[in-house]
Amino acid sequence: MTQIYFVQLIDFYSFYEMFYSIFQNLGFEKSSSWMSYIAAGGSLSFLAINLLVLATAFYTWFERRTIARFQVRRGPNRNGPFGLGQPFADVIKLIMKEDTIPSEADKPVFTIAPIALLAPTLLIITVIPIDDSSFLATLNIGILFIVGITSVNSIAIFMAGWGSRNKYAILGSMRGAAMLISYEIPMALGITSVLLIAGSLAMSEIVAKQEIWFIAVMPMGFFVFMASATAEMSRTPFDQIEAESELGSGYNTEFSGIKFAILFLAEFMAPIVTSAVVTTLFLGGSQGFNFLPGQFWFVLKMFVVIFALLWIRSTWPRLRVDQIMGFAWKILMELGFVNIFLIAIEVAILMDPVTGILTSQDMLIMAGINWVFTIITLVFLANFLGKRNYDRPDPVPSPLANMEPKGE
Amino acid sequence: MTGIRTEPVTVNLGPQHPSTHGVFRLRVTFDGEEIIDLEPVFGYLHRGTEKLAETRNYTQIVTLTDRMDYVASMSNNLAYVRTVEKLSGIQVPERAQYIRVICAELQRIASHLMATGFLLNDIGALATPLIYCFREREKILDLFEMLCGARITLSYMRPGGIFQDADSDFWNALDILIQELPHYLDELEALISKNEIVLARTRSVGILSDADAIDYGVTGPILRASRVKWDLRKANPYEIYNRLDFEIPIGVEGDTYDRFHVRLLEMQESVKIITQCIKQIEKGPIRANTPYFIRPKPGETYQSVEGPKGELGFYLISDGGVSPYRCKVRAPSFINLTPLKKMMLGWKMGDLITILGSIDIVLGEVDR
Amino acid sequence: MYGLGLIKGLGITMKNLVIPNRQFNIYQYPNKKVTPWDLAKINSSKTFPFIAKNPITTFKSLVGLVNVEERLPQHPNFRGEEFAWYDNRCTGCASCAKYCPLGIIKIVTGTSGVNSQEGQSYDLEVFDIDIGRCMFCGLCVEACPYDALHMGSGFEEAQYQRSNLVIDINKLKSAEKKPSTWFRPQLVKQGHDPITGDTADWKKVGRHEKPSLDDQSERWAKR
Ligand code: SF4
Ligand code: SF4
Repeated sequence: MTQIYFVQLIDFYSFYEMFYSIFQNLGFEKSSSWMSYIAAGGSLSFLAINLLVLATAFYTWFERRTIARFQVRRGPNRNGPFGLGQPFADVIKLIMKEDTIPSEADKPVFTIAPIALLAPTLLIITVIPIDDSSFLATLNIGILFIVGITSVNSIAIFMAGWGSRNKYAILGSMRGAAMLISYEIPMALGITSVLLIAGSLAMSEIVAKQEIWFIAVMPMGFFVFMASATAEMSRTPFDQIEAESELGSGYNTEFSGIKFAILFLAEFMAPIVTSAVVTTLFLGGSQGFNFLPGQFWFVLKMFVVIFALLWIRSTWPRLRVDQIMGFAWKILMELGFVNIFLIAIEVAILMDPVTGILTSQDMLIMAGINWVFTIITLVFLANFLGKRNYDRPDPVPSPLANMEPKGE
Repeated sequence: MTGIRTEPVTVNLGPQHPSTHGVFRLRVTFDGEEIIDLEPVFGYLHRGTEKLAETRNYTQIVTLTDRMDYVASMSNNLAYVRTVEKLSGIQVPERAQYIRVICAELQRIASHLMATGFLLNDIGALATPLIYCFREREKILDLFEMLCGARITLSYMRPGGIFQDADSDFWNALDILIQELPHYLDELEALISKNEIVLARTRSVGILSDADAIDYGVTGPILRASRVKWDLRKANPYEIYNRLDFEIPIGVEGDTYDRFHVRLLEMQESVKIITQCIKQIEKGPIRANTPYFIRPKPGETYQSVEGPKGELGFYLISDGGVSPYRCKVRAPSFINLTPLKKMMLGWKMGDLITILGSIDIVLGEVDR
Repeated sequence: MYGLGLIKGLGITMKNLVIPNRQFNIYQYPNKKVTPWDLAKINSSKTFPFIAKNPITTFKSLVGLVNVEERLPQHPNFRGEEFAWYDNRCTGCASCAKYCPLGIIKIVTGTSGVNSQEGQSYDLEVFDIDIGRCMFCGLCVEACPYDALHMGSGFEEAQYQRSNLVIDINKLKSAEKKPSTWFRPQLVKQGHDPITGDTADWKKVGRHEKPSLDDQSERWAKR
């Protein structure tokens, strides 16, 4: 890959080396090693947090404008040019509000919950290779790290609901715990199929292996992953955790002030992070044409994914809670398993046994087989599922009705 | 041996809740997510309309009826003025009757649009269909503003006719609306009634059988969704409905889906009715000669019309004075709420919201 | 096929996003952000000369900092607040007060007895309308036999105290007379428009022609 890089992403080790040399020059001979670890970690987290929070602020603006356009409205347009000042106004408002804690609440749990929800989301971004490298350089178990970290979410949501001691919040967090845990399985299955082809757990390796984007190689895996990722961040059609028309506001009913701001932040950060992961796993990461830097292509692909998510969010209603669970266990998991079997067989046949390399011809063959298979499966499933409810008989007037005009 | 035990939890849905359509309260007992008991509580919006009517004269009561079903004031006005006309034997000019029917049908479309939109919002479609519905409803409200200067609380009808004739602005705008509306309604139907998620959420949910519907005295789209072909416009034609040609759509089994699909079909029928009215209407007087203070002869009467929510009836007793001795409203929303338990028991929390949404209650009318 | 409806739904929302005439009729009250194209139209010049002449304004409007006033289009029939009342026409008959369902019009006539002679109208001392309780039903306007009271056309009467919402006789006298054409066919005939048009003086707002005797007998108390 010969690309022009305008901005080189600063990773952990370059930070470390920089601080190390600084501390050496300052004369901390012995302790410069651990001191520079701390300094590098601190500045890295400062950078990551600020970058993401700012990105989230603009994302909320983007989301509100886009959904408003879908809903034939205007969206925020009063504060600043094109309403770009709106997120900052929101943040100021939320911070200035009184931070109430219900007297019956479990105070430590209630207080920790927002942070517990925010932290994993922030952590994920450190392993995403926005360019050739990521914040945490090339962590060789990147994807495993993501899978592990995201499961903290369900605990955090349950803490928020449990701690606030509100019936709506508990209902919401119960749903959340059940749903998030169920959808972790299809998500892991979707990721596994990626790993089978890429042959590595490192995110940058996965990107490098995508001579043909994995969305083209295994559409079914993409579908499974996308559906479960949508559920993981509880977006329509799977937004049972909040379900504002049913539960008021779900697990965050009792939160206010800065705590609500943090919950809100975590919730709106999730689409950004998810789209980054999707871009890395399925859309070829920072690959693109050479005339623009890799970061640009990465962000562009993220935007496409985010827009698709918003499009779905503004169109589809919400499924019921048992239907969501049924979808995870009865359909997505089976699809994920079938996909893995298929990919595994293909990889076993096509991969060079000595070097362990899949050429792009091999991938094209796999893509052909997988597309045909996916379409057949989906059509079969659609007709099989749709039989029961889709077509109805013509209405028959009830014999109990008697609407003859008077006198006849 | 003790197995896993669940404990029922009682939740207060409302009176402040995003999908109870006003200040309606439901004490629901859930077993997990399943409803095992519920008890509706209302009266939070009680304003004593019926009692207030006893101290006002017959024309002034029109303003009270606006505030009962505030998304369908025209139909309330119509039901009330028809009762007064019957009570005092006033003959209404034909043009006035046509305009009244046009207004009532426009109001029916507006009300059904709102019901459909809010049902979809309750299912969780993030307000998109709701705003598409509101876009169309807004056009109808604009028409009402041209007609009578107000958008919601219209007070348009008077005993003996209507107070003001429609001018050319109104007829032009109405023509445009009638041409465009069916197209938008088709689009709305394509957006929601073939949507698999909506089908999964609404089909076979909250079934009300035809026998039950009749037993509970349910009327309107809910009754027709339960396959009972009963519509006062056909069964007991009032105004000039007997000169108009229209269908009565009915549902297949009486579930949530049928209830909102019947509304969608009814809107198309209403458009048909308005088109025919525009063709048939002729010039003429719009208001009978009625005195300001109507003093009907002592007696009593009940008249009802097919409102957007069901049979909307007024029962008036006159003692010969300027104001009624007693006024009683048969509010369809209130009576349609009675089979709530029958429909909801055994369903999940999400279904509770959709079933309540499909009944289309307006708390102003339930509590009066 | 199952699943097709979902995709069709996506198509419909996209259609509504793209096609401009699907937009809600949005009026950005009280002011609206404008693009340079709109600005050029407002200043009635061609787009490119305008941009060339006012680069700063163009830039400002491009980043959304230029506002123009905008109001909801209102039909002349609109029943607004701030009643238009003509003291030259009012006889103090108090029909309006009697007909108001809420009884919020307070009229006190001629207790001083200075000006009241036979054949003249009453001397009005108090004429209060409490628009804080008014529901703008217009029954008082309908009841006025001399076309002295008309609905207004405005809607921006918000006050910090309820007592400021009571319109008294001096306010009514000095207020700008922009009567709504609601229930006033003579104003419709004149093409009066309270929003864009001029104020209407007291001579213009009445039904001038006296009803014939037949008409009169038709109209009154034929029961
Ligand atoms: S508009 Fe209605 S409420 Fe207001 S003063 Fe006139 S009659 Fe009374
Ligand atoms: S405004 Fe009209 S009804 Fe009221 S007192 Fe004056 S003349 Fe009589």
